[in-house]
Amino acid sequence: MGKIFEFTSVSAGYDDEIVLKDVNFTVGDNDFVGVIGPNGGGKTTLLKLILGEIKPKRGTIEYFKREPNEVLFGYLPQVIGIDKKFPISVMEVVLSGLLGRKGIMGRYTGHDKRMSLNLLQRMEIQHLKDKAIGELSGGQMQRVFLCRALISHPRLLILDEPNTFVDNKFEKELYELLQELNKEMAIIMVSHDLGTITTHVKTIACVNRQLHYHPSNLITTDQLAAYDCPIQIIAHGPVPHTVLHKH
Amino acid sequence: MLHFFSDIFQYQFILNAFLAALLVSIAAGIVGSYIVARRLVFLSGGITHASFGGIGIAYYLGLNPILGAAIFAVITAFGIESLSSRYKVREDSAIGIMWSVGMAIGIFFVFLTPGYAPNLMSFLFGSILTVTKQDVYLLLGLDLAMIIFFILFYYPILYLAFDANYARTQKVPEKVFSYILMAFVTVTIVLSIRLVGIILLISLLTVPPTIANLFTKKFKYLIYSSILIGFVGTITGLMVSHGLNVPSGTTIILALIFMFLIARLIRLIMDKIISIKQLSKN
Repeated sequence: MGKIFEFTSVSAGYDDEIVLKDVNFTVGDNDFVGVIGPNGGGKTTLLKLILGEIKPKRGTIEYFKREPNEVLFGYLPQVIGIDKKFPISVMEVVLSGLLGRKGIMGRYTGHDKRMSLNLLQRMEIQHLKDKAIGELSGGQMQRVFLCRALISHPRLLILDEPNTFVDNKFEKELYELLQELNKEMAIIMVSHDLGTITTHVKTIACVNRQLHYHPSNLITTDQLAAYDCPIQIIAHGPVPHTVLHKH
Repeated sequence: MLHFFSDIFQYQFILNAFLAALLVSIAAGIVGSYIVARRLVFLSGGITHASFGGIGIAYYLGLNPILGAAIFAVITAFGIESLSSRYKVREDSAIGIMWSVGMAIGIFFVFLTPGYAPNLMSFLFGSILTVTKQDVYLLLGLDLAMIIFFILFYYPILYLAFDANYARTQKVPEKVFSYILMAFVTVTIVLSIRLVGIILLISLLTVPPTIANLFTKKFKYLIYSSILIGFVGTITGLMVSHGLNVPSGTTIILALIFMFLIARLIRLIMDKIISIKQLSKN
């Protein structure tokens, strides 16, 4: 099983503030890592480092491409900050996932369009291809963004809170789909929802200024405390409820 | 009003105005679609009004007012950027400040200039008498540059405007594109001042895409139809301006607004027909 990237004692942050300290982290093919941790603990910074949007202050990040023009990452960002009135069609949004490979002067071919149609079909939303993105529901929109992340056939799919603003039906389908996709590619999923994460991921990374890698999908509250990873645990039952800490 | 067309070939200034209207529609259609899609309308309004400061100073010094406007427009664009990013002034406040400071400087210097300022009205409301051959060439150059840029880089422009966070992960140089596009916005504003004037310019940029947006949800078609709508609006405005001797900016904007009302009505009727069809299907 090949490595995709490797962090070696990476520290990173903004201005003078250190957000992540001394992180060692390796992800290889077919991994499925759930990233959890409190808000402001550095989850977003970790993703930005992986995607190469920011550079580490200390340490190194190594990428292992099997061929020079291989696309390593497909990225599903959080849906916040999307302008719902923007004049763009569903098909155009999906095709934008090829921008990195095509370069800024790239043109889209019939083959690209067929590929995006196939993906839309797989998500069962091919009938929406000419709709403006703002006319879609939250779940449909998330499907479109997932198509955008997948169209470049990445080796690693990175999902940032994919279960916010979506209906339960889509959430269930999403996790089934991810299980299937995991056969073809590695997945990193950031989530607040520990309950969901543990049933679907293979391993867990707790991020709170430091990164603690937990090589299993079962984690106890004691272990979370040891990792200094205070997060809200949501249990799934017939009635939605939140379990609070003992006082 | 129809003698406008026969006058085109008799009077050089009308020919200039006609060509300028045609070329301005292209620039305004592209830039307008961009600023409406990216919600940069208020910023563009600020740049437009602040450029009056440059006009006033150029007046006072006896220089070319459009050059003064261009310099001030660029200063404003960067001024707003640095006020909001470096000095932590909220962006809309920064725009509001630059907007009125530019106007104040402009009026100040116009009044300091000895004698009567006959062209003041034409800068505020537009005048077809003032369009020169040089303006037409400059507009032609701008249009060509912008058309080539948008054809070559259509997708990165679209995707950056839609979702900059994502586009960055796709290796699109965001900063470079933002600056180039801002430069196009600024130059388009400055070169449109003679025809429509500072106060009315923002409508020339925003009304055509707003009309087009009633019928299309695709950026590409938004640009094409905005150009066409802008052309019909500016030519109609010029004809009325010429016939009634009213500043061209006013007539162009009124023509565009009239088109918007008609388009709204058409959209309403189309929606009714669609809903009736769907009802009869069920």
